[in-house]
Amino acid sequence: MVAYPDDIIAELERRANLIRRHVIRMTRAAGSGHPGGSLSSSDIIAALYFKIMNHHPQDPSWEDRDRFVLSKGHAAPALYAALAENGYFPVEELLTLRKLGSRLQGHPSKNKLPGVEMSTGSLGQGLSVANGMGLAAKLDRKAYRIYCVCGDGEMQSGQIWEAAMLGAHYELDNVTAFLDRNKLQIDGPTEKIMSLEPLPEKWRAFGWHVIEIDGHDMRQILDACDKAKETKGRPTMIIAHTVKGKGVSFMENALSFHGKAPNDEETKKALKELGEEL
Amino acid sequence: MKWSYASQRKEYGRALIDLGKTRKDVVVLDADLSGSTRTADFAKEFPEHFFNCGIAEQNMMGTAAGFACSGKTVFASTFAVFATGRCWDQIRQSICYPKLNVKICATHAGITVGGDGASHQTGEDVALMRTLPNMTVVVPADAPETYKVTRAFADWNGPCYMRMGRLDFPTVTDAEAQFKIGKGSLLREGEDVTLIGAGIMVSRCLEAAEQLERRNISAQVINMASIKPLDEGLIAQAVKKTGAIVTAEEHNIVSGLGSAVASYLCEHDPVPVKRVGLMDTFGESGEGEELMKKYGLTAEKIIEAADDVLKRR
Repeated sequence: MVAYPDDIIAELERRANLIRRHVIRMTRAAGSGHPGGSLSSSDIIAALYFKIMNHHPQDPSWEDRDRFVLSKGHAAPALYAALAENGYFPVEELLTLRKLGSRLQGHPSKNKLPGVEMSTGSLGQGLSVANGMGLAAKLDRKAYRIYCVCGDGEMQSGQIWEAAMLGAHYELDNVTAFLDRNKLQIDGPTEKIMSLEPLPEKWRAFGWHVIEIDGHDMRQILDACDKAKETKGRPTMIIAHTVKGKGVSFMENALSFHGKAPNDEETKKALKELGEEL
Repeated sequence: MKWSYASQRKEYGRALIDLGKTRKDVVVLDADLSGSTRTADFAKEFPEHFFNCGIAEQNMMGTAAGFACSGKTVFASTFAVFATGRCWDQIRQSICYPKLNVKICATHAGITVGGDGASHQTGEDVALMRTLPNMTVVVPADAPETYKVTRAFADWNGPCYMRMGRLDFPTVTDAEAQFKIGKGSLLREGEDVTLIGAGIMVSRCLEAAEQLERRNISAQVINMASIKPLDEGLIAQAVKKTGAIVTAEEHNIVSGLGSAVASYLCEHDPVPVKRVGLMDTFGESGEGEELMKKYGLTAEKIIEAADDVLKRR
């Protein structure tokens, strides 16, 4: 396995922070959106789009590219920020999020924006799509990989477990899923609304290779992806323990910022905490 | 009338095999009903391109979407009630919204499923599918047309739904006739009234037309296999010629073929129209033919409807 040098880790952390600042500015400009779950998945998305995945922003339909499905479609701001910073579209366009005529829909829309591999938003559906992509890659004897980021709330929907069965049955070792385990859903803590644990045991029982990591530790994210690549005969579920609203003190573990944009004052404070030069 | 009967499902399976011979992009998915839907015929010939998803239809639709994202032309089959009812949100979100090349080819539609009863019958599938943006909805009248529709779907860019029955259907279409998405076909010329049918009810329309002729009423019969897009030009011609319309379908009269035709007529050419179909009801167990009689899916009902629209014309 690769031992990643410190400067690469530091650079990815800087990228993740940049994504976080975009998330704050975008949701502020839109006046709505989901900052909490975008911030919890920012490190994972940064690792994938700036290091792990093979992709060509100048040729979004390059057939050998790795694929990404954001099953928790409400984290769209984080995905859009990563795509823009990669050059899929102008960074200035980020501030059109959720506005009439924008290519940046409230939830990702495949046919609107280059780089968006699949329309998502209705929870519980993305992993099935990732599996389909994994099967197609195997059928075509292609080496590209499929990455999927799931929310923890959507683990409550049955289709996720249907997809869990199919992924293991067809031995989709080219599928790597992340579970953004921030432990909060709209109505409250997941374990209070509809308990999910023990999640690692459940995924193992369904036949998946399970890795548990700190979802904000860049080195752990990279290492987990490498371990997934080396695992043959079964898909990998990386359970990433995260903090909803990560990086902004007053948003961390705050239910209220699941689906609410920051106001002007909160935006200023958040950006300052995230290291923006004002 | 003396009919020859043939299986839509068998022709679907045959069309898939013919596609598999030349189209390497075709994959077929099923949800543990491959023997009934006849996708098993394809699976035998092309095992690498067939994927059984088990009794998990919603996941099958999502998996189909993933295949389509990767350039595959995907045929996904199960019974119509499960394909459309259980999976409506998956079809909406993961197939129609991103406009993916998934062809949902469902069997055991309507009430002619028979003994399984209402849980396995459906008079709602066309309604559920035609309300979806980007979706194409086709109800072939017989086995030969089913073969042609399957081939047409493979060449069509975007999501499609095809409805097939369990029973062998009377063959009503001409072997040489072409099928085109968005086009209906005139099967019988007439002057007084137009009978527009879909699926097995096309044969009942032809029977009704023959009986009406004995009473000196000249009825023309249209096979409106393409329900969405609807062949509005053909309806306009029928209005001009006969000025009275009857629709007939093995589907709820709510939001099926009859509703599509009536909507067109209301907006463009208000002439008398009467819908024959399931009267907003579930079915029950019984033989297919018995059920069709009990639920009014008969030539007699079509004749009554023709008399009604002629009276009102």
